[in-house]
Amino acid sequence: MSTYTLSRGIKQTHKPGENPWSVSRMAALLVLAVLAVTWLVPFAWAVLTSLKSEADAGASQITLNPPDGLSFEAYRKVLSAGDIPSWAWNSLITSVAITFITVATSALAGYAFSRVNFKGKRLLYAAIIAAIIIPPQLLIVPLFRQMLAFNLVDTYWGIILPQAFAPAMVLILKRFFDQIPVELEDAARVDGAGRLRVFWSVVLPLSRPILAAVAIFVFIGAWNNFLWPFIVTTDADLMTLPVGLQTVKSAYGLQYAQNMASAILAALPLVVVFLFFQRQIIKGIATTGFGGQ
Amino acid sequence: MSTAIDTPPVTTEEVTAQGKARAKRGETLAGWAFAAPFAVLFVLFLVVPAVYGLYLSFTGETLTGAGSGLVGFSNYVEALRDPDMWKSLGNTVWFTALSTIPLIVLSLALALLVNLGLPGRWLWRLSFFLPYLLASTVVVMFWSWMYNPKLGLINGVLAKFGAEPIAWLQDPRVAMISVVITTLWWTIGFNFLLYLAALQNIPEQQFEAAALDGAGKWRQLFSIVIPQLAPTTALLVTLQILASLKVFDQIYMLTNGGPAGETRSIVQYIYESGFTGYRFGYSSAISYLFFALIVLVSLAQYKLINRRSAA
Repeated sequence: MSTYTLSRGIKQTHKPGENPWSVSRMAALLVLAVLAVTWLVPFAWAVLTSLKSEADAGASQITLNPPDGLSFEAYRKVLSAGDIPSWAWNSLITSVAITFITVATSALAGYAFSRVNFKGKRLLYAAIIAAIIIPPQLLIVPLFRQMLAFNLVDTYWGIILPQAFAPAMVLILKRFFDQIPVELEDAARVDGAGRLRVFWSVVLPLSRPILAAVAIFVFIGAWNNFLWPFIVTTDADLMTLPVGLQTVKSAYGLQYAQNMASAILAALPLVVVFLFFQRQIIKGIATTGFGGQ
Repeated sequence: MSTAIDTPPVTTEEVTAQGKARAKRGETLAGWAFAAPFAVLFVLFLVVPAVYGLYLSFTGETLTGAGSGLVGFSNYVEALRDPDMWKSLGNTVWFTALSTIPLIVLSLALALLVNLGLPGRWLWRLSFFLPYLLASTVVVMFWSWMYNPKLGLINGVLAKFGAEPIAWLQDPRVAMISVVITTLWWTIGFNFLLYLAALQNIPEQQFEAAALDGAGKWRQLFSIVIPQLAPTTALLVTLQILASLKVFDQIYMLTNGGPAGETRSIVQYIYESGFTGYRFGYSSAISYLFFALIVLVSLAQYKLINRRSAA
């Protein structure tokens, strides 16, 4: 795994003799600013709407100074209705479980593929590689019927289990383990440590960055996943945030301020987490995006 | 016949052979012990549904169980003659074509601009990447509001310039474009980030050497930067095409496939056949036809990329 220098901070690409305030650099800055503002407009417009009264939000005049002023009234109403906090809780529980199980099972399996010569290894490995191209969207019908048979429809486990493994992450971790020198483990094994001990106390500590990267990637995917939780939950009390919001979208109908307040509240957790862990998240996504290389 | 006296002395070769066999068994045990938690989930929730789905596709299975039992290839034959299936497939391919090109070209342009080292770097990075962190539902709520024909910001701004309002999601000629714009806004951050990471890995010396040779910035862009990014571009195009072919969330929630099926994707058609029409067998058959397409696309890309890197 090579390291990316995304976190290095501002990298000056102009040469010492070059004027940092040249016309072409200013033009590039202007283009960049216009694009960035364009990208932020949908956010800003949603925030503004969420702070208006319903009467102002439903008025066709575009104004930054609504007659009723700005307030958090819509947020208060949405939060006191109580659905959003409980959906957020469901999302949190299921996403944490999915992340934990995926990282643990992928690390164990990745280690087996990297270090252990066991019977059936090549067959399992080929199956995993083949599985990467199967889109989970295509399995919804048989998977749903299976869940009915297992009595897992409308349960946390029904949401979690089909999302709690990731063939691609097994490959990423295997490739990472391949690069750890075997000598490090041999030393521990000479001292009598078993495989699990070696894995736990030698391999895992060396793999923290890649494990964090995988965890971040899996968590974001699980937190935002829509289709599977949408299919496997019908009980509003068990819905995750994206699925529950989808029902609100139609239920609130014309209450635009509350609608936008719900959307902002739903977006907030990951956005706040991102602001705090920007470097790690960006690095994690870049690493896993490149397949761990 | 096995008395202690009769037993020939065990050679060291045999000892190591026995030891090896035992070690091998130990290895197999250890390997499966490590792989088991993953393998169990993998088999239960991927291999089993994949095989079960294949079986279902040859049955007339419905919610009520009516007409169940094997029906041979009749689901496949019906699907191949179903104009709605072809329409959804066509929409999906059209969406893929419309979204992939700007998602690659624009993300590269954004990464190049941000990589110039202009002030405010973290702010640019944040702006373009932030939407990628949003759930599809949130994205759709934002954009349904932007596209709202009477109250939306876009038509509001257009009105200030005296333009007629546009029915962004209701007009069959515009709906797909609107879906693509939303998708572009939502997902460009991932490609942008990967390009940015790849750009920073280009060795500085290459630029210095090129500058010594008198190559200007634009020359350097086309003779160094873009060729150096080729592996990243190949990876992103592959990921992008496969992701776009699987589109469902944003279209389902923005337009519900409308107007008049103009934006319905193949995954939505699979979903509707299975969960609205309750024709599990038929839905599975379409899934497998679509899977065949995905396999073909993957193979074609694999060949293309391998040929290029061999050349």
